Amino acid sequence: MSENIKILEEITSSEYKYGFETKIEADSAPKGLNEDIVKFISAKKNEPQWLLEWRLKAYRHWLTLTEPHWQNVNYPAINYQDIIYYSAPKPKVKLNSLDEIDPELKATFDKLGISLDEQKRLSGVAVDAVMDSVSVATTYKGKLAEQGIIFCSLSEAVQEHPELIKKYLGSVVPMTDNYFAALNSAVFSDGSFVYIPKGVRCPMELSTYFRINAANTGQFERTLIVAEDSSYVSYLEGCTAPMRDENQLHAAVVELIAMDNAEIKYSTVQNWYPGDKDGKGGIYNFVTKRGICSGVNSKISWTQVETGSSITWKYPSVILKGDNSIGEFYSVAVTNNMQQADTGTKMIHIGKNTKSRIVSKGISAGKSQNSYRGLVEVMKRAENARNFSQCDSLLMGDKCGAHTFPYIEVKNNTATVEHEATTSKIGEDQIFYCNQRGIGTEAAVALIVNGYCKEVLNQLPMEFAVEAQKLLAISLEGSVG
Amino acid sequence: MLKIKDLKASVDGKEILKGINLEVKAGEVHAIMGPNGSGKSTLASVLAGRADYEVTGGSVEFLGKNLLDLAPEERAGEGVFLAFQYPVEIPGVSNTNFLKTAVNEIRQYRKQEPLDSVTFLNIMKEKMKLVEIDQALLKRSLNEGFSGGEKKRNEIFQMAMLEPKLSILDETDSGLDIDALRIVANGVNKLKSKETASIVVTHYQRLLDYIVPDFVHVLYNGRIVKSGTKELAFELEEKGYDWIKNEVKAGSAV
Repeated sequence: MSENIKILEEITSSEYKYGFETKIEADSAPKGLNEDIVKFISAKKNEPQWLLEWRLKAYRHWLTLTEPHWQNVNYPAINYQDIIYYSAPKPKVKLNSLDEIDPELKATFDKLGISLDEQKRLSGVAVDAVMDSVSVATTYKGKLAEQGIIFCSLSEAVQEHPELIKKYLGSVVPMTDNYFAALNSAVFSDGSFVYIPKGVRCPMELSTYFRINAANTGQFERTLIVAEDSSYVSYLEGCTAPMRDENQLHAAVVELIAMDNAEIKYSTVQNWYPGDKDGKGGIYNFVTKRGICSGVNSKISWTQVETGSSITWKYPSVILKGDNSIGEFYSVAVTNNMQQADTGTKMIHIGKNTKSRIVSKGISAGKSQNSYRGLVEVMKRAENARNFSQCDSLLMGDKCGAHTFPYIEVKNNTATVEHEATTSKIGEDQIFYCNQRGIGTEAAVALIVNGYCKEVLNQLPMEFAVEAQKLLAISLEGSVG
Repeated sequence: MLKIKDLKASVDGKEILKGINLEVKAGEVHAIMGPNGSGKSTLASVLAGRADYEVTGGSVEFLGKNLLDLAPEERAGEGVFLAFQYPVEIPGVSNTNFLKTAVNEIRQYRKQEPLDSVTFLNIMKEKMKLVEIDQALLKRSLNEGFSGGEKKRNEIFQMAMLEPKLSILDETDSGLDIDALRIVANGVNKLKSKETASIVVTHYQRLLDYIVPDFVHVLYNGRIVKSGTKELAFELEEKGYDWIKNEVKAGSAV
């Protein structure tokens, strides 16, 4: 094994640049989980009785479940009694406007490149910023409201739009869906709610930025997006966390609902703290994301760039219920050092002429393990369903692993299902070629990796595509030298 | 410009270059010929700094600097260009994007300001004409799905864009039909100047019909066994490499 392998090892030892911690007073629940904690969270949020009961039901169901271990990842047992389930930055005064946000908080988000100042913010993007368990600010609310668009924290939506929450919460991911969805349903703290009325095309990108700050805290947010007939919305989530030696649990639930002719584009740039080179610390990112194309001609598109977390375990899925509906999944998952990822998608074809497209690009470096796991299911009624899947893996160095687990279940013989998979290595020849043209090895790797991921990066809103490209370069820094 | 003294290099412990001596001055074109396995491509790779080749002895001075001390990208920054025998493909990276990155990295090395997009595109247009390259190729992923001729032409196009001081052409003629060969050679000739030099590595004499060398060297078994002017190339074409091999065997050469 030659020089470049050494070089690869060097490049894959980068620093995490969002690992700082904000010193801010927090209002937290005591460690551990029991019915009192669930009641405590619900009371903190001043929730109606029905929601408290919903949470308790979820909690009781969770108690009957066991943590799943079929995924291709390894981690020590999680002690669920050792986690703080609610932590909120203590507001110094009651907020009346964005200008009154704690400067410390504002500074934190500024440091992350997320300005809560509407004037300074990228034009055309509205942001909901969530720190630990609560939403601290939502920008452009007023402007969006003019068109009847609701974009606010989930807690606020519970108060202001209870009928919508009651109707849709848990309608795509039932509280009984899986272990982590049940846990989330019991203790979810905040998240974003988006409602796009009939015929409205959301005029700006909506974005939620999640930040875990407090130690020993789990983050359990929920996002709910409802797009009424013939509406359109593009939504982006980003996330970071401080560097800590212990692992922190992030178990979110995202639900998307697209009615007739509606389109939801959901993009994620996930950059939770991945742990250090030896695998110490980092976020366990166990997330349930699912959308339903409930109406005819509707479309849901997931795009994800996953670079962070010590363990990523999620399968953003689409239930293609409406006839002619379309589901898409574009993913880049990077694992470096000791990171593990088991990610992919599920496309469930129920309606006629439904189409799905899966493009997954895995990149493994260091001693990491990267798995694609996907299910394409064509139900009996789904005449003329079509799926195309492409799963590529790129290996850097010889100590990492790439795995592909495609599952295909077809119950209608008019279906067309295609699956393509490739595995390649960044060639020393490619790197040397770049070197010879004056491009240093790190820049060469970034160039090659970005080329490899191009099809997915092209799906991201432009501002974020640039960010994602940089992030990819940083994530692989030190993996080639 | 380039002074190679007693250069020895090996791959996987096997010595390939057994003491090369060569001096190239600005404005000169040197052809390196030789039978397969004589070490021609190894010499090109060693000069460019490929990691698989271990230099076991000798020295290489380029414009007063010890070339062997420099990383491959630094050598490129200093003005060494290698036109590859087998250019690699990089999927998803457009030819234009690749070149822009390369040009600006080299400019950065030379402490020059990066080129803005407009200036870059203008220079690109100008150089495109020089090497008769199709604009469509520039939008495509680097070398991906290019024909053999397109790849080689693209190498010369990159050379035109990067404006090296020393160009090393490693078997650029291999796999080219006569038209492509003419275009590639024309490009090289147009880029020739008093300040630049070229080393043309080739198996056949035919490339030298188009790129006329000032000196011809014959590499055999890791050493330059014969040097001369372009007439030497004709002699080789006529007599074949066996002539050299026999001479070496008889001990009459070196």
